[in-house]
Amino acid sequence: MSIILDKVSHVYSPGNAYETTALSNVSLKIEDNEFLGIIGHTGSGKSTLIQHMNGLLKPSSGTIYYNGKDTSKKDFPRKELRSKVGMVFQYPEHQLFEPTVFEDVCFGPKNLGLSKEEVDDRVYEALKLVEFPEELISASPFDLSGGQKRRAAIAGVLAMKPDILILDEPTAGLDPKGRDEILGMIDKMHKKTKNTVVLVSHSMEDIARFVDRIIVMNHGKIEYDDTPKGVFNNYKELEQMGLRAPEITYLMNDMLRYGFDVSSDVTTIEEAKKEILKLYGIN
Amino acid sequence: MGIIKAKDVSYQYIRRDEEDNIEDVNVALDKINIEVEKGQFICILGHNGSGKSTFAKHINALLTPSEGTLWVDGLDTSEEDKVMSIRQKAGMVFQNPDNQIIASIVEEDVGFGPENMGVPTDEIWERVIRSLKAVDMWEYRDHSPNKLSGGQKQRVAIAGVMAMEPECIVADEPTAMLDPLGRQEVIEALHQLNREKHVTVILITHYMEEVVDADKVYVMHNGKVSLQGTPREIFSQVERLKELSLDVPQVTLLAHELKQAGLDIQDGILTRQELIDSLPR
Amino acid sequence: MFRELTIGQYYPGDSIIHRLDPRVKLMGALLFIVSVFLASNIFSILVVTAFLIAIIVLCKVPLSFMLKGLRSIVLLLVIAGIFNLFLTPGTVLFQLGFLHITDVGIKNCIFMIIRMTYLIVGTSVMTLTTTPNALTAGLEKSLGFLKKIRIPVHEIAMMMSIALRFIPILVEETDKIMKAQMARGADFESGGVFKRAKSMVPILVPLFVSAFRRANDLALAMEARCYNGGDGRTKMKPLKYNQSDKNAYALEIGFVALTIIANILYNRYVSGLFANMLGV
Repeated sequence: MSIILDKVSHVYSPGNAYETTALSNVSLKIEDNEFLGIIGHTGSGKSTLIQHMNGLLKPSSGTIYYNGKDTSKKDFPRKELRSKVGMVFQYPEHQLFEPTVFEDVCFGPKNLGLSKEEVDDRVYEALKLVEFPEELISASPFDLSGGQKRRAAIAGVLAMKPDILILDEPTAGLDPKGRDEILGMIDKMHKKTKNTVVLVSHSMEDIARFVDRIIVMNHGKIEYDDTPKGVFNNYKELEQMGLRAPEITYLMNDMLRYGFDVSSDVTTIEEAKKEILKLYGIN
Repeated sequence: MGIIKAKDVSYQYIRRDEEDNIEDVNVALDKINIEVEKGQFICILGHNGSGKSTFAKHINALLTPSEGTLWVDGLDTSEEDKVMSIRQKAGMVFQNPDNQIIASIVEEDVGFGPENMGVPTDEIWERVIRSLKAVDMWEYRDHSPNKLSGGQKQRVAIAGVMAMEPECIVADEPTAMLDPLGRQEVIEALHQLNREKHVTVILITHYMEEVVDADKVYVMHNGKVSLQGTPREIFSQVERLKELSLDVPQVTLLAHELKQAGLDIQDGILTRQELIDSLPR
Repeated sequence: MFRELTIGQYYPGDSIIHRLDPRVKLMGALLFIVSVFLASNIFSILVVTAFLIAIIVLCKVPLSFMLKGLRSIVLLLVIAGIFNLFLTPGTVLFQLGFLHITDVGIKNCIFMIIRMTYLIVGTSVMTLTTTPNALTAGLEKSLGFLKKIRIPVHEIAMMMSIALRFIPILVEETDKIMKAQMARGADFESGGVFKRAKSMVPILVPLFVSAFRRANDLALAMEARCYNGGDGRTKMKPLKYNQSDKNAYALEIGFVALTIIANILYNRYVSGLFANMLGV
């Protein structure tokens, strides 16, 4: 189920005064079952990049292969691509429109032309995956709390059973509890169903906690493509791009400077705790 | 009396059905007592639905207490003829940067408040210039707000409030929809106004990093003030904050976990430097 | 598709035309429209053309940018042109089956295309050189007399300027919602009229919900900034005439007068001459 982007560029409004190159010469392979993070400041091309992955945008040049097949070919099943690569946009609750949560989650699978039973099965399964409270399934989506709305909206995408799930800042605007719940749920699902997850986020802490690999976007190009440790080691370069490393990475670097014998490529609280306790011989 | 004083302020949202019968009563504020001194930088924390936004709207007299009294610079917000002077004294910045900018050009938006107050034209211009410069947005004065970043839009909104020359700015989650860079810009702008123009700032947020430099912090939970104190006092209570489903800054959390593992570290660590200094050598 | 629309857009600049009072430009546009319709012969068309060229040069907006606005109505122009060309009675010049082209038809067709083009270009000079807010302020002030008959001129003007501010935001939002629903397998392109109309529901419902939420937020934000209707408000940019505005008014009136004079001259001297030449 891999996606390969080969030298993909995207230009908005070509040949006009507003012409902007949002992506230039991006090559990237997304492997099966991986948890990939994408970071970059606003306007770095992240959103444009992910919209290429499910065919919502077509590259101005370059090729995108899905399962080894060229997506620009005439006979390529574009609709199938959209169902296999699920996209959860920023503030996904803004796309809810049906009178009940249940009906709204039905929208995606129905569009796939599935039988009524199959649709129902998928809807319940998806709502269960996002841990949506059962008693609210026939409530109006507009009466839900912010976190519940978002779960319902994510379920709407999951019900299409995508092999690859792309989430664009799924925690934007939520409070710490809502944030932890949504991320925790995504992580649990990833471990359980072994699906591929692509997470776009502004929170370096969240990225460091969950993903296996990070893509750093800057001015429409891939600046780094590495493990979290590998990427955050370059915190000075990240700052130049309007990004940061997790606070913990800064702490470890400060400690090194003060003569503590710790490793600098630590990105999470858990790792930092181990590293510091080791200094004092506590396990 | 402080610039803002809330005494036993309660507020209920009442939902009625079609026949005007009461269907549901939701207590959003429950006997709130808060007093803010002139020139302070105050933070109010709390998860969504804790009542913090409802309280913010009270300071601007957009809502008035169901019970209790709230004074802004000595004026009772329940008295209708005081509403305009209260709104002028306590300006408000909202969460969504797009939905509070009225004009299609930055400078005209900043002038909107003074226009409503009936300020003479020449003075409106002086205020607009001063306010835009104070938030470092002067060079964007003739831009369309649609072309600005989130952080820039929020700074325009702050300038719009500053142009009304308020005593106090209430910012209701002004950074919730911004990226980290924008968040930093907005928080810095608020601190700068507080420092240089001595404006009282009440910042409502759930980002703990934004709270560290405040003079005083109130934590709201289920419509009540459940914790109050300096940032250090608040962040010494990591377990309690977790119960209230709130975060603590990463460094504070690490320090707390190290202490629990047996290291001799003080409570309420707020910065990296403090943590390094308190590690046993 | 929305990006192509230049009608009603503002083109930032600092030309003489940009600096004119919006009321002068509103009146100018009105008088220009009158003149375009008055101009019924080659003389007066030349007067109007000269005036149009003069303001296009003066406003310093690139011609290409202005003509882009025309692109969206080319089809309309062509259809109207064809109707005029073939369906006008008069002396038949060509005959092609049941279609015939008459001398009057050719004349009407040419005049119609010139008029439409001039109208679009002429009025777009006004919108290109005036910010939406200045335009609404101009309207508010020009129509101020209507307040006496209890028409809420200020409120209408405020609504207009808010609408102008939010149109680009809602356009962007529509695009976002459309993409989100497409990602859920929605299909907006195939099917008959009825199916297509039905397929708009997943876009329209979220769009309305969002518009209402924004309206609600905005109302609160306006209230918080002491907005209380038009009474007692002062203006940051009050409209004041200066010398160049007065000169512009004089020029506008002169221009209409010249168009009328050109018409009279043509009718009195030239049209008779042609008639003689053709032996009618």
